[in-house]
Amino acid sequence: MSAQAEQDPTAPDEVARALADALADIAAAGTLGELKAARVAHDGDRAPLALASAHIGALPGAERAEAGRRVGAARARLREALRARQAELEAERDRQVLLTETADVTLPGGRVLPGARHPVTMLADRLSDVFVAMGYEVAEGPEVEAEWYNFDALNIPPDHPAREMQDTLFIAGKNGTSASGIVLRTHTSPVQIRSMLTRPLPLYVVSPGKCFRNEALDATHSPVFHQIEGLAVDEGLTMADLRGAIQAFVEAMFGEGLRTRFRPDYFPFTEPSGDVAMECHVCRGASAEPGGDPCRVCKSQGWIEIAGCGMVNPRVLVACGIDPDRYTGFAFGLGIERGLMIAHGVTDIRDTMEGDVRFSRAFGTEI
Amino acid sequence: MRVPLSWLREYAQVPADAAEVARRLTAAGLEVESAEPVGHDIGGVVVAQVLSIEELTGTRKPIRYCRVAASRRQLDEAPAGASAVICGATNFAVGDRVALALPGAVLPGGVEIGTRKTYGHLSEGMICSAVELAAGDEYAGILVLPPDAPLGEDFASYAGLRDEVLDIAVTPDRGYAVSVRGLARELATAFAVPFTDPADAGLPGPGVLGGPLDHAGPDVWPASIADPTACDRFVLREVRGFSAEAPTPLWLQVRLARSGVRAVSLAVDVTNYLMLELGQPLHAFDRSKLSGEIVVRRARPGERLETLDHVARTLDPDDILITDSSGPISMAGTMGGLATEIDQASTDLVIEAAHFSAEGTAKMSRRHRLHTEASYRFERGVDRELPLRASAKAVAMLASLGGGRVVPGAIHVSVDVPPVLISMAAHYPDRVAGVAYGRDTVVRRLREVGCAVRETRIPAPTVAPWRASPPEPPELSELSELSEPSEPSEPPAQVPVSALEVTPPSWRSDLTDPADLAEEVIRLEGYADIPVRMPRALAGRGLTRRQRLRGSVGRALAETGYVEVLSSPFGSGADADLLGLPPEDLRRNAAAVANPLADDEPLLRTTMLPGLFRVLARNIGLGFADVALFETGLVFRPRPGAPDSAPILPVDRAPTVAELASLEAALPDQPLRLAAVLAGARELDGWWGAGRPASWADAVQAARAVARACRVPLDIRAERYPPWHPGRCAAIYARVAAEPGDGSGNGSGNGGPRQWLAGHAGELDPRVVGAFGLPARTCAVELDLSVLLTAADGIGPVQAPQLSTYPLATQDVALVVGADVPAAAVESALVAGAGDLLEDLRLFDVYTGSQVGERRKSLAYTLRFRAPDRTLTVAETTAARDAAVAEAARRTGAVPRS
Ligand SMILES: [Zn+2]
Repeated sequence: MSAQAEQDPTAPDEVARALADALADIAAAGTLGELKAARVAHDGDRAPLALASAHIGALPGAERAEAGRRVGAARARLREALRARQAELEAERDRQVLLTETADVTLPGGRVLPGARHPVTMLADRLSDVFVAMGYEVAEGPEVEAEWYNFDALNIPPDHPAREMQDTLFIAGKNGTSASGIVLRTHTSPVQIRSMLTRPLPLYVVSPGKCFRNEALDATHSPVFHQIEGLAVDEGLTMADLRGAIQAFVEAMFGEGLRTRFRPDYFPFTEPSGDVAMECHVCRGASAEPGGDPCRVCKSQGWIEIAGCGMVNPRVLVACGIDPDRYTGFAFGLGIERGLMIAHGVTDIRDTMEGDVRFSRAFGTEI
Repeated sequence: MRVPLSWLREYAQVPADAAEVARRLTAAGLEVESAEPVGHDIGGVVVAQVLSIEELTGTRKPIRYCRVAASRRQLDEAPAGASAVICGATNFAVGDRVALALPGAVLPGGVEIGTRKTYGHLSEGMICSAVELAAGDEYAGILVLPPDAPLGEDFASYAGLRDEVLDIAVTPDRGYAVSVRGLARELATAFAVPFTDPADAGLPGPGVLGGPLDHAGPDVWPASIADPTACDRFVLREVRGFSAEAPTPLWLQVRLARSGVRAVSLAVDVTNYLMLELGQPLHAFDRSKLSGEIVVRRARPGERLETLDHVARTLDPDDILITDSSGPISMAGTMGGLATEIDQASTDLVIEAAHFSAEGTAKMSRRHRLHTEASYRFERGVDRELPLRASAKAVAMLASLGGGRVVPGAIHVSVDVPPVLISMAAHYPDRVAGVAYGRDTVVRRLREVGCAVRETRIPAPTVAPWRASPPEPPELSELSELSEPSEPSEPPAQVPVSALEVTPPSWRSDLTDPADLAEEVIRLEGYADIPVRMPRALAGRGLTRRQRLRGSVGRALAETGYVEVLSSPFGSGADADLLGLPPEDLRRNAAAVANPLADDEPLLRTTMLPGLFRVLARNIGLGFADVALFETGLVFRPRPGAPDSAPILPVDRAPTVAELASLEAALPDQPLRLAAVLAGARELDGWWGAGRPASWADAVQAARAVARACRVPLDIRAERYPPWHPGRCAAIYARVAAEPGDGSGNGSGNGGPRQWLAGHAGELDPRVVGAFGLPARTCAVELDLSVLLTAADGIGPVQAPQLSTYPLATQDVALVVGADVPAAAVESALVAGAGDLLEDLRLFDVYTGSQVGERRKSLAYTLRFRAPDRTLTVAETTAARDAAVAEAARRTGAVPRS
């Protein structure tokens, strides 16, 4: 008999050594291939523990149960070690694959250049939205307008100096003269007349739109510009309601608690008339105090003039068939471009009219 | 209006500085735009006397070396101690008193005067001109002072140079405030101090006028009014033996200069001074140049007048003239004639003060583009009670300053004018303002304005007494078609309050209505005290569907890379040629502006494209070669057969439906358009790979995006339409349901869906690209949003789809058709043939080449089928596919590709 034959592979020492060898090889396997080799060597048919397992049947009956448990436990540990190492090495392999797929996620976008809406459109929409939320409706009208709508119905008689205030572009009649009775509207007020003639009372409308004046283009004047006007006609409206509507608007647009200032002014279609300034939303008036830091937005005045307004002249109501003994109204008007200057730092009105894509793009799609 | 504060203080002694004055005037509606301190920086200028003059020789221009005494002591000790001064002016003599700036003096603007060596002499200061002292506006040599000017006195104090000049923006309704008189009255009211009316104060007495103010003067040049609608008061007075050489006193010069009025001569300066002070324009004629009675009348055909500005004017029959037997001698209230102008030889002056029609002078000055200080005031309304007073002051001043004799009495022609009486409920201002002022306050404020107020127990009839009688019943029913029927008007409530019978003062022709009176009360009580009543929420209906869709359209385009711009709506007649429009194209028919901003751009756009092209070119010029722009706006299309002009309707009642229709008929059609242009790359080259240029397909896709935002289905057809490329132009049709609408579009028969032409899209004709200087292959789309929005009106609310979860079955087909068969036709045939099982289909390839033959193309589609209630069998989907192919074959000759 050889020495080997004498050795019992199920002996505790043998089993422990075989397991230790196997665990060492498993731990040392750095790749899935090496692990596969270790699996064949230690868990294959000819592996020491497999042979030990096969030898159990040859043991005397009394030893069999004990040897079976010992070998079984060792093989279970071996397989657990194989499984765990397999999972580790697979995870490592997957990680390596993902690493090779790394991309520079900071690369720029911009396959299609960004589009934008024009800030005049967006601010007109935004202002309309504020008034729509207050229950007003949006009314519109033509830009080429009958003089009667643009002037006469608004209590601006033919030879009144107020017509001179608004340098008018006249549409040429058939013989080329300006006596066509048709103009490019100088304000959106004719929409007020149209609204009063066609809408039921009470009436609350705002009318944003394009207007035209015969004046030279410079940094603060444009012959083509935009206004938004509001009109309310109801029973019992007073100047206090007018102030309230403008106050509500100012707070919605520029912030809670901003004060408004109301001063007399003159517009033929309102009587009494006024202009409204709001406390500067940037410096809140601090720039006008002694020692205050200068403010670019209000030019250190502390106040910003924002709207002309007044109570609808009863003559205008009558021209629209509304009984001024029963109804009163108020109206107000704001310049959209001026709003852009106040709220968005536009310094040259020409930028709004010349179509430079950089200007619109800066405003994006929501103002 | 510019006015020195010291002048206002003369009639309203307010205990406040300029800033407070400015604040209160502004609060009362007279906006003080600036309160500029003047003369405060002048120092070291004294009244001095010229002792000796030495004319230097050998200089290029006359130079004087003078000795000047600046005090009594220097005068006594002369020449020792007197200043030696070099002076370039020659209009003074030994013994004259002058303004001397001593070394160390400061002149307006911070100019410092020192001792300097010049022309070989040491000059110890400077003899000043009026301009250098900001006491006049024109250089006329140095300022020679009256002999009684106190020697050594501080000149700025002596001449009253330290002052504040207020610049007040007077609104056009407040003619009375274009005068010291009107402003001082407002100032007195604002500070509750007494007001001295300069129209009453300082009037010359009978000793000067030869009798009371309206005393008739038989020796005064005769006058009459021929047209009482042109002039309702005309006054002449005379001064004889006047010295035209007499100088204008310094104080008067200073006031004129501070008011921004140029000094001319004593006679003119006095009339200007009184105009500034009282608001009454005055005119002086040279009596020796008049002939025959002066008559105020309208012009006769062909009459001409050369005015003071040396312009020979052809007069309009509506012009108001002052005439004598020679013809027109002055344009009333606007500008005098050259032939009767006063000059250096004039000794006998005829002074005119009149009240001309505001409307008449306004028309005349506009007609002749002749805007003067006088016409400015007459347009805004001059006090009818001023002519006698202002003319009296004028002749008295001229006589005392110019050494003449006032001819006793006046010629005073007057037309009776009915007084204005306004009946106003006493609480009406309270109702307007929302403030309980109370009757006493209302009455007090109206009296401060100058109104005569009588209280009555009879309620005021209405706030609009001038209203025409209500329309006839038939017209009422017509009106109700136009507007929602409103509740019948109730008679105004008979409130037991008193009325006020108010007669406005003669200087307030702007006060005609109760509303005007309410404004006076409210502004004097203070706008600042009107409470803020926050609005209650109203029951508004929100934006209309059209308004919401318009926002969606703008956002849809912006989100796909289009930049919204605003372009000029004006263009030239050449644009139609550049666009290559045929002669009969309706886009050539444009409305013209009679007074265009630019002479070469008199037309209003009929298409958005030329304006957008110019904006595109501008951006490319700025270095933005890859651009997609869009704009929405109105275009203007004159209506064929429209009347020549729009009538001017009455305003004392509502217009009738027929009257309103007559206005609309004259206006051009003004559809809302959307246009977009693209040039350069639609997708850029980048790390992601190559980009691609913008193409006709992008323009058509933009049209689809707009229609999708409006939820309007489109039909797209190839058409030829300038300015597009004849082979790359898509006509965009909106598909509309049969029933709705007043069908402006091209109906396609009765029954089935109709199509309205909504615009065109594609690549531009290369000739147009060249004509506008655009990059090659520029693409464009122009859509009539009005058409799309109207089409959208006919589309009901979105109906939610039924979502089947049964499996999808796909079938691919490739069909070969003629090269000119539109893909849209093949697609609609497939859709029609496939039936209800087709969920959708997609064209995934277009192939042309030898495999399909010449002038043929292969279109490859994926058809996706799904049933709502079952899993489709292969047989079912194959049958549906075959039916689709068969329909395509029938309609378009398509053959399945083998
Ligand atoms: Zn500020």
